[in-house]
Amino acid sequence: MTAEHLTPEDRQSPDSLSPPDRESPDSLASPDRESPDSLAAAVLARLRTAFPRAGVSLRTNPGPAVQHSLLVSPADLCDVCRFLRDTPDLAFDFLSNVSGVDWPDPSKADAVAAPADEQGTPAAAAGFLEVIYHLYSTRRRIGPLVLRVRTADRLSGVQIPSVVAVFRSAEFQEREIFDLYGVEFTGHPDLRRILMWDEFQDHPMRKDYVAPDDYEYEPTPHAAVLEKAQRHYVQP
Amino acid sequence: MISDPATSLTSAVLAPAVDDDQLLHVSLGPQHPSTHGVFRMNVVLDGETVVRLKPVFGYLHRNHEKIAEGTSYLASMPYTDRLDYICPLSNNWAYARAVEKLAGIEVPERAEFIRVILAELTRLINHTAFAGFILGDMGAWGSALMYAFREREKILDLFEELTGARMMANFMRFGGCRNDLPDGWSAKVSKLVDEYGPFLDEMEKFLVGNEILLSRTLNVGSLPKEVLINGGITGPMLRAAGVPYDIRKVDPYGIYERFDFRIPLGATGDCYDRIMIRFLEMRESLKILHQALDQLPDGSFIHPKAKIRNFKPPLGEAYARIEGPKGELGFHLISDGSTRPYRYRIRPPSFINLTLIEDMCLGLDLADVVVILGSIDIVLGEVDR
Repeated sequence: MTAEHLTPEDRQSPDSLSPPDRESPDSLASPDRESPDSLAAAVLARLRTAFPRAGVSLRTNPGPAVQHSLLVSPADLCDVCRFLRDTPDLAFDFLSNVSGVDWPDPSKADAVAAPADEQGTPAAAAGFLEVIYHLYSTRRRIGPLVLRVRTADRLSGVQIPSVVAVFRSAEFQEREIFDLYGVEFTGHPDLRRILMWDEFQDHPMRKDYVAPDDYEYEPTPHAAVLEKAQRHYVQP
Repeated sequence: MISDPATSLTSAVLAPAVDDDQLLHVSLGPQHPSTHGVFRMNVVLDGETVVRLKPVFGYLHRNHEKIAEGTSYLASMPYTDRLDYICPLSNNWAYARAVEKLAGIEVPERAEFIRVILAELTRLINHTAFAGFILGDMGAWGSALMYAFREREKILDLFEELTGARMMANFMRFGGCRNDLPDGWSAKVSKLVDEYGPFLDEMEKFLVGNEILLSRTLNVGSLPKEVLINGGITGPMLRAAGVPYDIRKVDPYGIYERFDFRIPLGATGDCYDRIMIRFLEMRESLKILHQALDQLPDGSFIHPKAKIRNFKPPLGEAYARIEGPKGELGFHLISDGSTRPYRYRIRPPSFINLTLIEDMCLGLDLADVVVILGSIDIVLGEVDR
């Protein structure tokens, strides 16, 4: 055991998370920390300076949670994530959650995440799949910064760049969204089904998924065995 | 493909396919007792050294999220008990908090106190059971788990008196709790809390100097903190590596700001520190329980205007998280204004804490895999959902 290891006596020692520490100026000074509602807007201003041509727009959340979000174009997603992670005064180093959402009716998507300014174009006429990222900063202790990315449609244009190269925590979560929603994460190191079995065909979390009448529809030897049995035993 | 050092050290996800007749492919699980349920790891061994490890999920998958999207908000509450079935009351709280955020519901003070008491008791259960389980993983079958479960049983008796169920509590409601504390209940909790410290002393004494425990856990499975943060690791795993991140402090919810408690931090992040940090956290939980029981106010246990039937949150979305015993437990809800959630997503700590299991195990022996998996502390009801 080294001196660094924990011992029961550690419970007497001070730690680094006492409440005053949260106000310490070095790690936490930022204007947006005062009002979490404006976090998305503050980050958007930074992104507009850093990536003048990037497709990023603010989406307002009409609900009481006021967690506004940033709609990012798929092409810019990885650059935006890397910028958010590596810029010292942003330091969004922790990707907490990745959610997939299916929007067969795009007007519903715009109702939940309403375009905030003239640059926010309304959603396309066809439905799409959406991936929502919740980012936090462990150093500055702020968040969540909500990013949303939309696919072109729900059929063939379901590609979104993978952020695993920036945030490793997305690895299994992207696999889950690929499995349950059918979003193809380009550049993912190991994109396979994760919860459903490999032979499964559909994406069960989609809104138009129809559950089968017969749940024993995965390929099993039963049909072949039955057929053989019928050949063996003459039916009365 | 991944060239960024922050995301991965040695991930064999990227290694060329292992194709060597001398390597041994072992399917560890899904029925192996040390996999804590139906979890499988496809391990490739060179001699006894792990050269590749692929977790396989889904044996307990029932698509809880899909079921929740087809039913009312409240009807998912009993289902959250079944996520991490060691800690149902924490799951209840996380879900209730997300819905309260989504709909802007206030929680009365007494309900917040009841929630804190229940969540910290749940943390005691989880960490105590963890100590028993991990000793079982190291071959100490029975004894440690017996002492751990003896204490757990005392807390479950209290839960049964309060909620009617030992484990599947279904106790939290949007805006409060289902019922008030029975007469004399908090006195019983006080007695239990007073007796818990000596039990922890005893348990610690068994473990800390134990030579087998030391040789199995010291310097096993540690990773740099930057990699852990990037890999989404939360909870005691992260703090054992020295990252000061506990949601009760950094993003306070409920009434945790009122209590005086510390966040123990480790330095090495190996399996030994992961065990010790849980003991230290239990001491802090006892502190919180003492304060909460002393200050427990009178009042309503649920918001008087909380709506139970035909509950429709306004249009919008919310992500809320709590510091569960296993790590950050979050719920992401999207409401389209109807009685059913349009999207119901769980951020399960057990599942995401497994992201780096391969990185932790590479180059170690097969026996270490079992200890590392035990130290991550997973529950398959939450991993597979």
